[in-house]
Amino acid sequence: MDQVFTISIFTENSIGLLNRITTIFTKRHLSIESLNTSESEVHGVYRFTIVVKTDEELVQKIVKQIEKQVEVIQAVYHIDEETVFQEIALYKVSTEKASENNLVERLIRDNNARILSMEQDFMIVEKTGHKEETEELLDFLRPYGILEFVRSGRVSVIKPSNELHERIINF
Amino acid sequence: MVAVLEKSTETKLRISGAEAVVRSLLAEEVDMIFGYPGGAVMPVYDALYGFQDQLKHVLTRHEQGAIHAAQGYARATGKVGVALATSGPGATNLITGIADAMIDSTPLVCITGQVGSHLLGSDAFQETDIISISMPVTKWNIQVTKPEELPEALARAFYIAKSGRPGPVLVDITKDAQFAEIDFNYRKCEQIRSYKPIPKLNLESVKKAAELINGSQKPFVLFGQGVILGKAEQEFKTFIEKAGIPSAWTLLGLSALPTDHPLNVGMLGMHGNYGPNRLTNECDVLIAVGMRFDDRVTGDLKRYAKQAKIIHLDIDPSEINKNVKVDVPVLGDCKESLSTLTSLINTNSHPEWLQQFHEHERIEQEQVIKPEMNPQSAELTMAETIQQINKVTNGEAILVTDVGQHQMVACRYTKFQKSKSNITSGGLGTMGFCLPAALGAKLGAPEREVVAVIGDGGFQMTIQELGTIFQTQAAVKIVVLNNNFLGMVRQWQQLFFDKRYSSTELMNPDFIKIAEGYGIKGKTISERKDLASSVKEMLEYDGSYLLEVCVGKEDNVFPMVPSGASVSEVRLS
Repeated sequence: MDQVFTISIFTENSIGLLNRITTIFTKRHLSIESLNTSESEVHGVYRFTIVVKTDEELVQKIVKQIEKQVEVIQAVYHIDEETVFQEIALYKVSTEKASENNLVERLIRDNNARILSMEQDFMIVEKTGHKEETEELLDFLRPYGILEFVRSGRVSVIKPSNELHERIINF
Repeated sequence: MVAVLEKSTETKLRISGAEAVVRSLLAEEVDMIFGYPGGAVMPVYDALYGFQDQLKHVLTRHEQGAIHAAQGYARATGKVGVALATSGPGATNLITGIADAMIDSTPLVCITGQVGSHLLGSDAFQETDIISISMPVTKWNIQVTKPEELPEALARAFYIAKSGRPGPVLVDITKDAQFAEIDFNYRKCEQIRSYKPIPKLNLESVKKAAELINGSQKPFVLFGQGVILGKAEQEFKTFIEKAGIPSAWTLLGLSALPTDHPLNVGMLGMHGNYGPNRLTNECDVLIAVGMRFDDRVTGDLKRYAKQAKIIHLDIDPSEINKNVKVDVPVLGDCKESLSTLTSLINTNSHPEWLQQFHEHERIEQEQVIKPEMNPQSAELTMAETIQQINKVTNGEAILVTDVGQHQMVACRYTKFQKSKSNITSGGLGTMGFCLPAALGAKLGAPEREVVAVIGDGGFQMTIQELGTIFQTQAAVKIVVLNNNFLGMVRQWQQLFFDKRYSSTELMNPDFIKIAEGYGIKGKTISERKDLASSVKEMLEYDGSYLLEVCVGKEDNVFPMVPSGASVSEVRLS
């Protein structure tokens, strides 16, 4: 049965490694839902966070094939319940209707979002949360006129213990 | 080589990047490479000119020839094969061979020239992004734009290519990095922190495997190329002999165990033997050693060995549970895991179980093998040709095959005494592989007889390499089994496409005249009375020789597990 898996990959910093990793998904004809990369807690070790929707058997195979790449230190996968994860969304909203009353501001507050910038004819709103939450705010704001919307890839840390950290620093 | 290295370290040689490439190859004990020059790799070729006495460069007629020759060399010698090509088309022409080496785990280092670093990304003449193109078919690759990075890149390349599960790597070097000078200092790579080529053997899983084997009534071993790559032929033999387990080979496992070994029960898979296929679904414990359950071996996975407990010995963790769910995985270098396993198993024999293989063999003998070896028709068969070759070579030759009917027949019937004697394109099924691979094998193992058995289709895919055979005077014996058809496709068309022979019939040239043009002696035969003497003449001839054997146009290869069928449904006709 298909479900959401977050794949965390710890790597060396080398040119083209992103390409090498994504070809493994291409080979299996699997679409990547989201992808993020940044340096990890260990200097020089990079962390990829890739979200896919598939069955566990396939994600297991893919993770093993990723892990066997020479410059990959470790690859693991988790289901949502095993991680804490967030995405950040930015909304550029027209102020034409929004300035008519203060409903929008209340909406933004109630959704734990915030206004980053207020311009003459638009404002920029930021919200951090799960996809459903940023999606929900998008639906709320849509009647006011969305000029731009962008959501980041998922970033995720693993709940149980510090086992993963230990493995990364001791590899 | 060591002397050269020490000297270079002491004196801090100031040399060009191109010369650094050559000296790095020498430091890795490379004495032969295969390649084709061109603009972006000319500095390396210029450097090679000064080292001709230490490093032989074999000029093939096409880069595909170079890469297949490097593969043949690697498979025959167990060393890393090296191919050299220029940028753009030179590099892309290597791709088929790289993909072939990837799927068949052949250690290769491919070096390509690249346009100058200031031109990268500008669509310069003969520029192609070979790093991206080769990424999914290389174990590792790297582009070098700074000459001081060259020695380490090459040291890593050799280490990665040959360690763990071997594979092809590619080093792409910009032209400016070849020209610029560096202080050369080469150190072999011994480890890379993110790379663990050999998993640590888990004794608990070996114990579980031993328990299953000790409790088994009908154990069955499947062995693949891992036994050869792991240099574990002796450990493997000791293992199966102690436990008395019938053992069948995959196409690439062939020659790891002598053909006439009493426990060698034959070939697995689509055109494998009758017994090994049918009895896969009757064994109680299946022990896979250094093989990867390719779909050509397993047929329908839903009906594959469901009754058996499965033990899988492999060096590559990603192979475990990839195709077949395994009960006991044993990760590690099979040289170590097999000897550990052997120490934990009971001495045993399974005569009744082995007898079942013999009964199946008898049926196959009657229905397939004898009619192929002693045909009633006037036309020669592929099988009787291979039989004649066996009579002269006594299992001592290296057999190199291409892809198709002739490959299946040659691998089924050739007798082997020595390991690393079967060189074929297994996983990728690359037509055109044979001729250049045979050349590479002969140059790598000149003391051995090398017999290239090719179909008329595959022969013409890399026929230009007759030129390389001519120039190198490599004494490759070439047997073209000519049925004027792309035989395997035609067989499928006959059996599964209602005999609609769409684009499979070939109008062939006079192969003997072509060989003569290249200064290679040749002969064509189509009658049985000429077969034995002609095979003998070819093998006794001092030099390369082309024997064209005209065989039955519409002969088929059996047994056959039809595509998508279960191994139990193997057909004899």
